[in-house]
Amino acid sequence: MSMRIFPRLVAIALTGVLALASGAKAEINLLNVSYDPTRELYKAINAAFGDIWSKSSGEKVTIRASHGGSGSQARAVIDGLKADVVTLALAPDIDAIAANSGRLPADWAKRLPNNSTPYTSTIVFLVRKGNPKGIKDWDDLAKPGVGVVTPNPKTSGGARWNYLAAWGHAQRRFAGDDSKVRAFVRAIYKNAPVLDTGARGSTITFAQRGVGDVLIAWENEAFLAFDEFGKDKFEIIAPPLSILAEPPVALVDANVDANGTRKAAQTYLEFLYTPTAQKIIAKNHYRPRDEAAADHSDLARFPKLELLTIDAHFGGWAAAQKAHFSEGGTFDQIYGTGAK
Amino acid sequence: MIDLPLPETPLRIQRDRDALAEAPALRRTLIGFAVTVLTLFLFLPLATVFIEAFGKGVAGFLNALSDAEVQSSIKLTLIVATICVPINTAFGIAAAWAVARFEFTGKSALVTFIDLPFSVSPVIAGLCCVLLFGARGLLGPQLASYGVEVIFAIPGIVLATLFVTFPFVARELIPLMQQQGSDDEQAALTLGASGWRMFLTVTLPNVKWGLLYGVLLCNARAMGEFGAVAVVSGRIRGGTSTMPLQVEALYNDYNMVGAFAVASLLALLALITLIVKTFLEWRFTGELALRRRT
Repeated sequence: MSMRIFPRLVAIALTGVLALASGAKAEINLLNVSYDPTRELYKAINAAFGDIWSKSSGEKVTIRASHGGSGSQARAVIDGLKADVVTLALAPDIDAIAANSGRLPADWAKRLPNNSTPYTSTIVFLVRKGNPKGIKDWDDLAKPGVGVVTPNPKTSGGARWNYLAAWGHAQRRFAGDDSKVRAFVRAIYKNAPVLDTGARGSTITFAQRGVGDVLIAWENEAFLAFDEFGKDKFEIIAPPLSILAEPPVALVDANVDANGTRKAAQTYLEFLYTPTAQKIIAKNHYRPRDEAAADHSDLARFPKLELLTIDAHFGGWAAAQKAHFSEGGTFDQIYGTGAK
Repeated sequence: MIDLPLPETPLRIQRDRDALAEAPALRRTLIGFAVTVLTLFLFLPLATVFIEAFGKGVAGFLNALSDAEVQSSIKLTLIVATICVPINTAFGIAAAWAVARFEFTGKSALVTFIDLPFSVSPVIAGLCCVLLFGARGLLGPQLASYGVEVIFAIPGIVLATLFVTFPFVARELIPLMQQQGSDDEQAALTLGASGWRMFLTVTLPNVKWGLLYGVLLCNARAMGEFGAVAVVSGRIRGGTSTMPLQVEALYNDYNMVGAFAVASLLALLALITLIVKTFLEWRFTGELALRRRT
C-alpha cells in the first residue's frame, strides 16, 4: 500500500520545491560566480552597485555570490551553475567555459576594456613576524627546510600565477636553462607538503593553523590576512620580480538571456571600471586600472616590483596553460607521480 | 548429560578475585584511555564550538545568526530535511515490509543495494547527480529544455541528500520486522481486518520505536550532510548554501563567530538527537523485553 503513496509524496515534494524556487521574482537577482579571495571585494562592490542601480532604475537588485577555487567554479558553470557573470582568477578558466559549454563567445575578453580585466594583482610572500627564515626572494623558497604554503595549480587560479611567477624568476636566474629551471621549481614544490584547493584555503592553513614559513599569495590576499590576523603576526615580503596577475570578468550570455538579466549584468561589469568601483578595488588591495580614482594611501601600500606578463614572457595563457598545467605538463612532471 | 570430571588446571590464576575480571590496574588504564580519547576528540572540540560561537558574547552570537545568508541556510536545511525525511521514511517502511514479509528472487540483492549509500563516498554520490542532471549530463539538457533546474538548485540538493540518507530507516526496520515475524499481522487478517487496518493498527505500532529511531538518524544526517551537497550546491550564498556549507564559507571568510554560531546549531541538533536516541533505545529495549515476556 505504502508503495502507492510514494510517487504521490514525490510529486507533492517536487511541486513544493518548484514553487519555492520560482517564487519572489519581483526584484532582479544576479549571480556572480567568482574565485576564492574576492569575497570581501565583491561584498563591497555589490553594496555600492545595489545603491546605484536602485537609484537609477528604481529596481532592487540582489547580487548573490559563489566562491571557490577558480578552476572548480568554471567547472560548475560548465555543468550548469546559472552564473550571470563570472569573475575568475585567470582567462583560461573563462575560455574553458566558452569552449565546453558555448554559453559565451570565445572572444569574450575583447568585450570590455583591458582584455576584460578591471583590476590586477601580483604574487607576494607572507612570512611570520620578524621573517625568521630570512625570506627575501624566490631563491629562499627553494632552500631545504623552508616550509612553503601554496594551493594546487590544478584547481586554484592563484596557484597557477604563483607557479608561473616562480618559473619566470627561475628562467631569468638560469638564463633559460630548462633543466635548471625545472630543478628550481621542483625544489620549491618539494618544500610544499600540502596543496590546498583554493587560495583562501592556503591562507587559512598558513595564518590560522600555523603551517609553514612562507605563504605564496595573491597580494590582495596577503594584505587581507595582514589586516585580519594582526600586523604583529606577519610581514609581507615583495620579491624583486613577480608576475602581473590579471583576473578577468565576463558576462555569461546564455544565462543572462535565459534569466532576463542582460542589462543589469552588463551594467554591473561596466560598473567595475567606474571611478567609484576602482576606488573600492584599491581599498580591497587589488591594483586598480584607473589609479587616479583610488585613494593615495591605498596606492602607496602596493610595493614597487618588476612584473612579468603572461603575454610577453609566457606566450599568452593558451600556451602557458598547455605547457605547464595540462595533463603531463611541467607541473605534472615535477610534482606527484611524474616527478623523478 | 553426564558430569565429566573437569581436567585439573594448573592454578596460575589467583583465587582471591574473580577469574573473569581484569586486573584492577588494567581496568583503570583502559577506562583512563577511553576517557582521555573521548575528552580529546569529542568533549574538547564540542566545547570549542560553543566557546568560539560565544567569542563575542551573546549579542555577537545572535547577530551572527540573524545574518540574512545564515537565515537562508537554516531555512534551506530545514526544507531539505522536511522533504527527505518523509520520503525516506515511506521508502524505508516499504522496503522493510517487502524484505521482512515476502520471499522473492533478488531479495538479498535488494538488501545489499539499500546499504549502497553507506559504502559509497558522498562526494561520488554528488558527482553522480552532476553526471546525470548536469548541463552536459544524461538527463540535464532534456530537463533544462522544460525549464526544470536540478543541479545547483534545491532539487539537486534534495536528490543528493535523499541518496545519502536512503538506508537509515530501512536498516533500522528490516531486522526488527524480521525478528517480530508476521504472527500478529496474520491474526489481524484472520480476524477480518483490511490490509490498511492491519498496517495501521498492528504493523506500525509494533515498530514505532524502531521507526522513530531511524527517522531521527535520517534527519540528523539530512541536516548535516556536507560532501554530497557541496558537489551539487554551487555554493550560492543566500541561495543554495546549506548550514554545513555556510559553516565552511563563514570560516573561510575569517568570520569565526559566524562559522561557529552556525556550527553550534548543528552541534545542538546532534546533542538533541543523541538524547532522544538514548531515550528511544531505553524505551525500545523495554518494549522488546515486554513483548518477549508475554
